[in-house]
Amino acid sequence: MNVLEPLLVIALLGAVVWLISAPLRAGAAAADEAGGAQRADLEAAKETKYGEIREAELDRRTGKLSGNDWREVDRQLRAEAVEILARIDALGDTPSR
Amino acid sequence: MDPFRKRRIRLVVALTAALLLAGALVYTSFAASSDAVSPSGLLKDKGAPGRSYQLTGKVVNGSVQRGGNSMTFRVRDRNGATSVPVRYTGTVPDPFRDGREVIITVRRQGAVYAGERDTLVTKCPSKFSDKQSTPTPS
Amino acid sequence: MATVGQACLILSLAVCAFGIGASIYGARAGRRDWVAAGRRSVYALALLSTAAFVVLEVAFLTSDFHYQVVATHSSTTTPFFYRFAAAWSSQEGSLLLWIWLLSMWSSLVLFLVRRRMRDVAPYAQAVLLGFGAFFAGLLVFAASPFGVVAVAPTEGTGLNPLLRHPSMMIHPPMLYSGYTLWAVPFAFAIGALIVRRVDAEWIRATRRFALAAWFFLGVGILLGARWSYSELGWGGYWAWDPVENASLLPWLTGTAFLHSIMVQEKRGMLKVWNASLILITGTLAILGTFLVRSGILDSIHAFGASTLGVPFVTLIGAMIVGSLVLVVTRREALRTEHHLDSLLSRESVFLGNNIVLVGLAFVVFWGTFFPLISEAVTGTKAAVGPPWFDQYTVPLALMLVLLSGIGPVIAWRRATWSNVRRGFLWPVVAAAVVVVGLVSFGVATNGAAVIMFALGAFVLSVVAQEIVRGAGARRAMSGDGSLRAAASLFQRNRRRYGGYTVHVGMSVLFIGVAASTAFQNARDVRMVPGQSAKVGGYVVKYVKPTTREVWRGGRLERIALGADLEVRKGGKRVARLHTERGYYPNPAPFATGSLVRGIFEGEATSEVGMKAGLLRDVWTAVQPDPDNLNKVIDGLAARTQGKPAAEQGRAVAGLLDFYRQGAFPSQFRLITSPLVAWIWLGGLIVFAGGLIALWPAPDGARGRVRGRLAARVAQDLGRA
Repeated sequence: MNVLEPLLVIALLGAVVWLISAPLRAGAAAADEAGGAQRADLEAAKETKYGEIREAELDRRTGKLSGNDWREVDRQLRAEAVEILARIDALGDTPSR
Repeated sequence: MDPFRKRRIRLVVALTAALLLAGALVYTSFAASSDAVSPSGLLKDKGAPGRSYQLTGKVVNGSVQRGGNSMTFRVRDRNGATSVPVRYTGTVPDPFRDGREVIITVRRQGAVYAGERDTLVTKCPSKFSDKQSTPTPS
Repeated sequence: MATVGQACLILSLAVCAFGIGASIYGARAGRRDWVAAGRRSVYALALLSTAAFVVLEVAFLTSDFHYQVVATHSSTTTPFFYRFAAAWSSQEGSLLLWIWLLSMWSSLVLFLVRRRMRDVAPYAQAVLLGFGAFFAGLLVFAASPFGVVAVAPTEGTGLNPLLRHPSMMIHPPMLYSGYTLWAVPFAFAIGALIVRRVDAEWIRATRRFALAAWFFLGVGILLGARWSYSELGWGGYWAWDPVENASLLPWLTGTAFLHSIMVQEKRGMLKVWNASLILITGTLAILGTFLVRSGILDSIHAFGASTLGVPFVTLIGAMIVGSLVLVVTRREALRTEHHLDSLLSRESVFLGNNIVLVGLAFVVFWGTFFPLISEAVTGTKAAVGPPWFDQYTVPLALMLVLLSGIGPVIAWRRATWSNVRRGFLWPVVAAAVVVVGLVSFGVATNGAAVIMFALGAFVLSVVAQEIVRGAGARRAMSGDGSLRAAASLFQRNRRRYGGYTVHVGMSVLFIGVAASTAFQNARDVRMVPGQSAKVGGYVVKYVKPTTREVWRGGRLERIALGADLEVRKGGKRVARLHTERGYYPNPAPFATGSLVRGIFEGEATSEVGMKAGLLRDVWTAVQPDPDNLNKVIDGLAARTQGKPAAEQGRAVAGLLDFYRQGAFPSQFRLITSPLVAWIWLGGLIVFAGGLIALWPAPDGARGRVRGRLAARVAQDLGRA
């Protein structure tokens, strides 16, 4: 038991150091995926925008947005969606999904 | 009216209302509160009849007596022997027993302090006193 | 294994310190690899705290009394099932549970956003690691669960019998999950403020975590109420006790947050408010954790004065000051994008709901901390009682229920009168019918309760109408049948209809609270076997005394003195109830050599006898009077002093026989209380709604919308 405990502690220490230092050892290679991160952010924004467009439509159908308000909101949301799509395309040719 | 002024007015009205309500809250809390006192504090200068106090202290060993629908016991200072008699009707919490620390809202009635119904709170100790270690028979 | 446990804690502290540094350096220098190393520190913290927690649990399960916490919080007579929970009945164990849960949730959120929010996430992970460092520091320097003694005692002191209840397995972990989950949106809010990226992105990334925090905290609070009702011998479920209040505070401000973020997401308004709300909620969650353990306020939950006051107060102070500084210095970035168009709009109803919820939180906060406030102002500690709380919380709760009915129907931006008429006609009729019905049946003796019933009917009909109309709209779009349309309505708009379900549950719960407080009948009576007492139209007869002894592992765990009761109404038997009081013998007098001597000297717990029904609960609890047994105990103790265990056991059996045969009077508390079941039922509905809102949206629905929109958006792009 007394031999086992220090060994376990050393093993834990090794595992932790190995786990944490992995990206540092990989170094600059990891920096390449910066574009990927931006894409993920934009994809998330796109999903939310679509959700908002659907919500607005349901609001109109259940009487919580007047026709005029809805048209205005819908036009604006769709314009924003277009903008997001344009920015995703601008990132490059990797398919979004 | 221009929208900026309208918003300003709304803000002022809302803030005034909030302040008034907060004032009421503060006032009533001081008016409705009962002072927390120890038995010796109760005996010394306080204990005006009709006022309610939040008595805190320990139950005197062997002082608990049940009879009819109420029970009587004495509460003493946390660190001291000064004690006052309390008569109480209502639920008795599970951890209540001799020597336990209790909190109870009382009013003076003649020589005894009458506890308000269901105000008896017993502190529940997180563990048995581990000072006396516990050898067991068998 | 204590060394391994302790090493895990020290390593945790080191990992947190490194991770904070790496995250901040990575964010400042734009080094993704350092940020990744910081994120991995969180994963490492999860690993280490899991290992430490496992070591502690193994010690508890195997009753290894070398560990001081095990010896003082568990025993071989503690049932196996409860040894598991005994770990977090100790201060040290509960801190370890805290950091373990925190590390798990933090790892989860950072894993989910690992490719997103590259600017905010590093600071958020630094904040989360900061909490980790704080608790790891406490565990290492102030309250280590891995303190050992060379010679283990043969027996531990045991888990306090009051805590031997199945809820002990769930109630504290639920509360702690809630408390720790609030740290996630808190940390991301701090991160968003630091980098001045205060659009709704941080809210979207952590909204599910806020919802989960709200969910778990709510489950914890309700379980506590249920525990109190069914186990403690007073028959109530809420007492405005400081520790209860402490868990309610972040729940209230968190509920406000969950509502007001919708306004920011939709309209870009209330940014300062949202940031402030989540900062307050996070701080209150830490305060709640602290209050439970501190003993600075008189509470039934006093777990013994803690030595952790100074570190906790420092942390809370730092959180408050840091939050204030961040919000004030970022006020330009937090400027609103729109203004309130009309008082008659969804936005303003949300604002009203927020004001009421924060008002409630303020009332609860003030009342809870009043002893400290009054001591600071007048020099004497004074406390306010439940009547003071009720005076404010009842009207605020009524307003809250009203708003929860108005909110779902009213239009965004500016509601028109035709919108209002269309939305509220039938719900108002329903509320009016309820009032007229109650008055004509003569139930209207309590104004607040009647208003609550009417508002409950209002909310229920609003939600019913919303579902019917939504399903109608859905049917028009898809041509499905009514039921299918309603189901797909919930499926496609989980957040919205989950939220409405929560409103239904809260209304049901509040109806239960109103009815059971306004129309409760309670009596305390003393009866001998054969006597009966009347309470609320029922006749309760004390049929006969009962006794029970429970032995575990060759040792007497407890004896129970109880009563068989018969409940009749109008001459007909409604129920047979059994209630008892368990006495756990004090282990110390064993040393004097007589088991029977210490039999009433230890802890006692109540077992409630209850007939629960949808409309009415009949609730009974007995308090036997052991004083009648004093003489017999003296005699038996004298005879069995120092005798072997078998004889001690016979003495206990003899004592119980004596109790059964002598017709001693016992004190009873009898309660009839209407609609208590609605509180638990409402709670279940609330949590079902919470689960609906938490569940991820199905991929199929997203796919179809994406297809449709992609075509449309592509068309627009082609034109441009």
